[in-house]
Amino acid sequence: MDLLKLQESFDAKIEKGDCIEPKDWMPDDYRKTLIRQISQHAHSEIVGMLPEGNWITRAPSLRRKMVLLAKVQDEGGHGLYLYSAAETMGISRDEMIEQLHSGKAKYSSIFNYPTLTWADIGAIGWLVDGAAIMNQVMLQRTSYGPYARAMVRICKEESFHQRQGYEIMSVLAAGTHEQKAMAQDALNRWWWPSLMMFGPPDADSPHTAQSVRWKIKRETNDELRNKFVDRTVPQAEFIGLKVPDKDLKWNEAKQGYDWGKINWDEFYNVIKGNGPCNKERLEARRKAHENGAWVREAAAAYAAKQQQKAAA
Amino acid sequence: MEKALFNYLLRLADSSLIIGHRLSEWCGHGPVLEEDIALTNIALDFVGRANALYEYAGKVEGKGRTEDDLAYLRNERDFFNNLLAEQPNGDYAQTILRQYLTDAFEIHFYEALSTSKDETLAGIAAKSLKEIQYHLRHSSSWMLRLGDGTEESNRRLQNALNEIYRFTGSLFETDENDSVLIAAGIVPDLSAIQQQWQKDVDAMLEKAMLKKPENVWMQKGNLQGKHTEHLGYILAEMQSLHRALPGVKW
Ligand SMILES: [Fe+2]
Ligand SMILES: [Fe+2]
Repeated sequence: MDLLKLQESFDAKIEKGDCIEPKDWMPDDYRKTLIRQISQHAHSEIVGMLPEGNWITRAPSLRRKMVLLAKVQDEGGHGLYLYSAAETMGISRDEMIEQLHSGKAKYSSIFNYPTLTWADIGAIGWLVDGAAIMNQVMLQRTSYGPYARAMVRICKEESFHQRQGYEIMSVLAAGTHEQKAMAQDALNRWWWPSLMMFGPPDADSPHTAQSVRWKIKRETNDELRNKFVDRTVPQAEFIGLKVPDKDLKWNEAKQGYDWGKINWDEFYNVIKGNGPCNKERLEARRKAHENGAWVREAAAAYAAKQQQKAAA
Repeated sequence: MEKALFNYLLRLADSSLIIGHRLSEWCGHGPVLEEDIALTNIALDFVGRANALYEYAGKVEGKGRTEDDLAYLRNERDFFNNLLAEQPNGDYAQTILRQYLTDAFEIHFYEALSTSKDETLAGIAAKSLKEIQYHLRHSSSWMLRLGDGTEESNRRLQNALNEIYRFTGSLFETDENDSVLIAAGIVPDLSAIQQQWQKDVDAMLEKAMLKKPENVWMQKGNLQGKHTEHLGYILAEMQSLHRALPGVKW
């Protein structure tokens, strides 16, 4: 088959809404886009373990500690599924990790903010997992089969993450003066970075249009962001917290909220590496990897010896 | 009897909580993603078990203390966990070794405990036993990989053994509570468990090509609340937020 025919059959599948599978022919750019997106997603799950892991040893009750451990463990599992999904496109996990550590691959910028208080754990679950869900629910119908299937498994767990985060916040918001202040402060710090999670505005998003055409993305950054605001603002009001946006107003005509301006300079600055924790996050990942090198070597050496014995 | 049972439950719960705490320190920093997940999962089992044991201890005591009161509002001298549990993670070899030595003890201990005449305790033990079977499989497989992996991994594991073997005696410490509870058929006799443990451990050390340290003076004292200096820092960290805002709901 010549290239033109392959391209035609690929386009037809996308058009029809069929999944692309690993053995199917696909355009190079489609493959590259997906490798970039899936590995970035996997890295985000793994780097995301750090800010939340930061509070496991200090969780204020045993129940909270258990829930947090379970959640962070889930995120590790998500990373694992996603690395596997990316590997079906012909890149190894080692290569992806190498790209993360060298700074070539990105991860979600939200994890470059510090978890300063316990309420930040609530805010992350509620807002960060909440924003991630918007994206991931859409990705359950993404055109690449292994990615879509990984998302189906992941989404089930993400809604539990969102609920536990919101529950932490609602307990704090209904608590003592100090607890409520802690919750409000966390919302103040995490609100805008959460909105940034959906990526640049559509007008400035270089990849969005092509990704929508390929049905990798089914909704644009701005559409998802607005959905998130519409859904989250009433949740904040319900527990008596105030969303830190003076321009926020219900718009009856569009049946949605009008809201303020995102500070995109901050967004690009954090992406560039100048967020409060960029350095710490990458260093923690590199250090874990380097300190683990001898462990991985030992496991490989042992496996080789076992294989030899089995062959003998 | 209630007093003896209460003390004994604290001993078990504290050991579970403290080693769970140590394992949870690995979260996000493991040598490979699969291990990161495994250790977090095992940490969760230990904290879960501690939670169940504290809850029961609170009931047995009958003074209305909750599981969180017991975990978060006692000081160093009132903790009775074994000394092995509180030892630092060190490198991965030390963590695996500490875990294996603990699992090899718990597999026999909790099996015996699952036939306790105290139904609640037997129930907790039976549930724990299933988890411990997995823990032991995990730590045993890593004992072999590290022991029989590379020269470096073997050296690291041997160093860890030389370093922390002296705390294993603390797993088998007994006091007057033991005799009361053994007589009532509520807890097993640790001397029998110790023999099984020693047999398993010796066999494992041989398979993992390790030399058992000789003439080791066993450090003890945990049943009197005498710990290594590490425990104070664990509790300072673990209890800080809970104590900063006393009496609130979380
Ligand atoms: Fe996740
Ligand atoms: Fe999540």
